Amino acid sequence: MQPVLRTEHVTMRFGGVMAVGDLNIELFPHEIVAIIGPNGAGKTTAFNLITGVYVPTEGKVFFAPGGEGGKLVDITGKKADAITRMGMARTFQNIRLFKSQTVYENILIGQHLHVKAGLFASVSGIARKEEQEMRRRADELLELLGLSRVRDELCTSLPYGLQRRLEIARALATNPTLLLLDEPAAGMNPQETVELTAFIHDVKEQFNLTVLMIEHHMDLVMDISDRIYVLDFGQTIAAGTPAEIQNNDRVIEAYLGGNTDA
Amino acid sequence: MFTFTLPELLQQMANGLTVGCLYALVAIGYTMVYGILRLINFAHCDIFMMSMYFCFYSISVFSLPWPVALLLVVVATALLGVLIEKAAYRPLREAPRISLLISAIGVSYLLENLATVLFTGVPRSFPAVGSLQKIVNLGDVRVQQLAIYAPVIMLLLLAALLYLINKTKTGMAMRAASKDFETARLMGINVNKTISVTFLVGSALAAVGAVIWGQKYSQIQPYVGVMPGLKCFIAAVIGGIGNIKGAVVGSLMLGMLEILMVWRFSALSGFKDAFAFIILIIILIFKPTGLFGETFVDKV
Amino acid sequence: MKNEIKGAREKREFVLSVISLLLMAALVAMAQFDLLPIVGKYEKQVLNLCAIYTILGLSMNLVNGFTGLFSLGQAGFMAIGAYTTSLLIMAPETKDRVFYLEPIHPFVGALQAPFWVALLLSGLLAAVVAFFIGFPVLRLRGDYLAIATLGFAEIIRIIFLNTQTVTNGSMGIKAIPPTANLFWCFGAAALMVLFMLRLIHSTYGRAFKAIRDDEIAAEAMGINLFRHKMYAFILSAFMAGVGGGLMASVVSAITPNLFRFTLAYDILLIVVLGGMGSITGTVVAAFVITIAKEWLRWLDAGFTAGPLKVPEIPGLRMVVFSVLLMCIILFYRQGFFGSKEFSWKGLAALPKNLGIKIRRLFSRDKKEAA
Repeated sequence: MQPVLRTEHVTMRFGGVMAVGDLNIELFPHEIVAIIGPNGAGKTTAFNLITGVYVPTEGKVFFAPGGEGGKLVDITGKKADAITRMGMARTFQNIRLFKSQTVYENILIGQHLHVKAGLFASVSGIARKEEQEMRRRADELLELLGLSRVRDELCTSLPYGLQRRLEIARALATNPTLLLLDEPAAGMNPQETVELTAFIHDVKEQFNLTVLMIEHHMDLVMDISDRIYVLDFGQTIAAGTPAEIQNNDRVIEAYLGGNTDA
Repeated sequence: MFTFTLPELLQQMANGLTVGCLYALVAIGYTMVYGILRLINFAHCDIFMMSMYFCFYSISVFSLPWPVALLLVVVATALLGVLIEKAAYRPLREAPRISLLISAIGVSYLLENLATVLFTGVPRSFPAVGSLQKIVNLGDVRVQQLAIYAPVIMLLLLAALLYLINKTKTGMAMRAASKDFETARLMGINVNKTISVTFLVGSALAAVGAVIWGQKYSQIQPYVGVMPGLKCFIAAVIGGIGNIKGAVVGSLMLGMLEILMVWRFSALSGFKDAFAFIILIIILIFKPTGLFGETFVDKV
Repeated sequence: MKNEIKGAREKREFVLSVISLLLMAALVAMAQFDLLPIVGKYEKQVLNLCAIYTILGLSMNLVNGFTGLFSLGQAGFMAIGAYTTSLLIMAPETKDRVFYLEPIHPFVGALQAPFWVALLLSGLLAAVVAFFIGFPVLRLRGDYLAIATLGFAEIIRIIFLNTQTVTNGSMGIKAIPPTANLFWCFGAAALMVLFMLRLIHSTYGRAFKAIRDDEIAAEAMGINLFRHKMYAFILSAFMAGVGGGLMASVVSAITPNLFRFTLAYDILLIVVLGGMGSITGTVVAAFVITIAKEWLRWLDAGFTAGPLKVPEIPGLRMVVFSVLLMCIILFYRQGFFGSKEFSWKGLAALPKNLGIKIRRLFSRDKKEAA
C-alpha cells in the first residue's frame, strides 16, 4: 500500500541545537499513528516541520493530497496554509482558537480556504449560495460533533474539554484527509480522556481520515494507535505496534530516565 | 560629478561623523527601550525635543552657567523619561502590545501639543557654545570644533554605558529583564526598577544628544524632535534593534550616507529625509533583524 | 413557533432600521437645502468633516481593528487621494493660475473629470500604491509594520513636496472647487459603512478577524495570510484615498505638509475611542471627536471660568485631545463599543443594563463602606 505521508531524513537545527534529527516516518491510509516521547523530545517540532510552520534544515516531507491512492508530492518548504489546502489539518498543543469569535464562527473560518467567490462577490451577496452552503455545513459539523448546544457561545467561554473538541471540529472543517493532533488529551481527567478516545476513533471513521497524534496519556495511545514512533532528544529510538513498543528496552529506559529526573 | 579633492571628502566625512554621533546618542535610547519592553518608544523623539527646550530656558531665559544648566537638563530629561514610563507604560504591562504602542503614540502626541502650548509654536534659537562652533584647520581640512568633540563625548558615554550594562549588577538585571520578565523576577530582580533605570539612562543620553544637536541645528520648535527621532529609530533598526553597539554603528552609517548623498547628488537634497526611510525599508525587507540583531523563532 | 417570533422581530427591526435611515437621509437633505435653522454654513462644514472622518476611521479600523495590522500610513493614501481629486476637478485655467511659480505639467494640466470619477480614481490610485507598498511591508510584523507604513507615508509626502510641476510643491494647491457637499460626504460615508458591514460579516471579514486573533492558527486553517492582509490593506487605502479626495474639496486648499504622518494619530484617536473592531464605534467617535474639536475652540480662544480668567492659549484644545487619548488607552481600553456593534436589541436593553451597572456601582460602595 502507498503511504499518505512520508518524511525522509528530516532534520531541524535551531542554532547549534538539533531539535529533530533524521526523522523518517510513514503513514498509511486510515491508520492512527502516535508520536510519543519525553518532554523536549522534539515531537511538536516534528509536527511543525510536517505542517510547514518550520522549514527543515535537511530532509524532505512528502504528502499525498488526495488521501488514499493519491500520489505523494514533495511539500518541503511549502507554506502552512498551502499544505492545509492540500488536505492536512492540525490542532495545537496550547489550544489556539479564534478568541473573539463564537463556536460557529470558528467553524466557518475553518471552511474559508474552500471559498471560491472573490471578495466582491462575497461582500455584494452574489455568492450568497456559497455562504449559505458554508453555514449549512457548519451546522451539520457542529451537530455531528455534539457542539450544537454551544453554537453561539464565545469559544473562550467553553470548558476546556469542549475547546479541545472545537479545535478538532475546526480542523475537520477544512476537509482534511490527514489530521494531526498535538496532545489532544492534555489537561484532561481520566473520564474525559476515555471520552476523547472514543471521539477520535469515531471522527476517524466518519470522516475517513488518517490520524497522526502526539500524546502523553499512555492509556489513550496504547488503546487507539495502530503504530507508534518514539522520540528522544530528537532521535527516533523505536517504532512499532503498541505491543512492540511496550516491551522495547530503549523506550523503557528513556521513559524511566525521564521520570526519575522529574 | 565625481571630481572632488581629498580635503573636501574628509570635510564631508567629518560632518557625517558628527551627525552620526548625534544620531547614536538618541538611537541608543530607542534600542534600550525596545530591548527591554519590545516597544517603539514613539515619545523618545519628544523627550529629545523637551530637553532642547529645557536647555533653551536654562541658558537663554534664566541665564544659568553652562555646567549647571547641562546638569539640570540631563537630570530633568532623565526624570521626564522615567515619569513617562511610570505613567503611560507601566499600567499596561499586562495589556496587549498594541495598547502599549498606542500609549506611546499618545504620549508623543501629548508632548508635542503640550510644547506648543507651553513654549508656543514660534521657532526659538538654541543657545550656542561659541568654542564648539569655532573652525579649526586640520591640515587642509576645515571643521568645526564640534566635529572633534561630538565623537569624543559619544565614545566616552558609550564606554560608560557598556560598563554599566556588562559589569554592574544593574546592567545584569537589565540584560536578564530583556530576556524574560518572569524569570528575571524569580531571580529576585525588581523588573519595574530595572525598566525605570533603562528609561533614565536612555533619556539622559538623549539629553546630551539634544544639547549637541542644538549646536549644529540651532532652531527649535515643538516638532523639532520628529525627524531626528525617526532617523535615530531607523539607525537603531539598521544596527539591529535591541543591540547597543548596533545602534551606534547604524547611526554612524546613516549619518555618513546622508551627508555624502546630499553632497554628491545635490539635486536630490529635497529627498534627503525620504532617503532614511528608503534605507529602513530595504533593511526591513532583506534583513529585518538588522546588522547585529538576534533572530528569534515564534513559539508554536 | 420560536422561529416565527424570531422572524417577526427581525422584520420589525428591519423596518425600524429603514425608517431611521430615511429619517437621517431626510435630515441631511434638509441641512443641505438650508431648511434646518441650526445648520448654517459653518455647521455644514463641520458635518462634512464628520462624514469624512467616519470614512477615514473606517479605513484605519479595517486594518488596525479588524485585521490586527498596526498601519500608520493613512496620511500618505489621503494625500494621494486629495491631490488626485484636486487636479481632476479643477479647471485648466485655475490650475495655471495656482501653478504660478513653475507651470504645471501640460498633461496634468489638461486632465479633467467629474467629481465622482475623480473620487473613484483617488481611491483606486491609493489602492494601487498600497498594493506595491504592501509587498515589502505586509511581511513585517507588529511595530515594524507601523514604522514602515509611517515611513512610506512620509516618503509620499516628501515626493509631493519635490514634484513641483505636478503638485506645486510646498506651495500646495488652492482654489479647489467646493463640489463636496453634505450629499457627497454623507453619501460616501454611508456607502463605506454599508460596505464595511457587509465585508465584516462575509467570509473574508471572518478571515480578517481570524488573522487578528491568531496568525499561526489562521495560517493552519489554510488562510493565505499575505493575500488577506493585502486585501485589507488595499481596501483601507481605497477608503483613505476617497476620504482624502473629499477632504480636499471641503477644505479647498491643500499642501503636502497637511498630510504629515501625525494625521494618522487623529484618526487613531477616533478608532480607539470608538473601539478597535467596531464599525458603530468608529462612526459615533468620528462625530463626537470632530464636533468636540470644533466646539472646544473656546479653549484656545481664552475663557472665563468664574473668577478664573484664562487667556488665549493656542493649542490647548489639542492638549485636551491628547490627554483624552491617553486616558482612553490607560483606563478605558475598550472605547465606547469594544468590538460590539449597534443593534436594536442592545438599544432596547440599554436602560436596563445601565440600571444594573449603576446599581452595582452603588452596592459596591456600600460593601466597601461596611
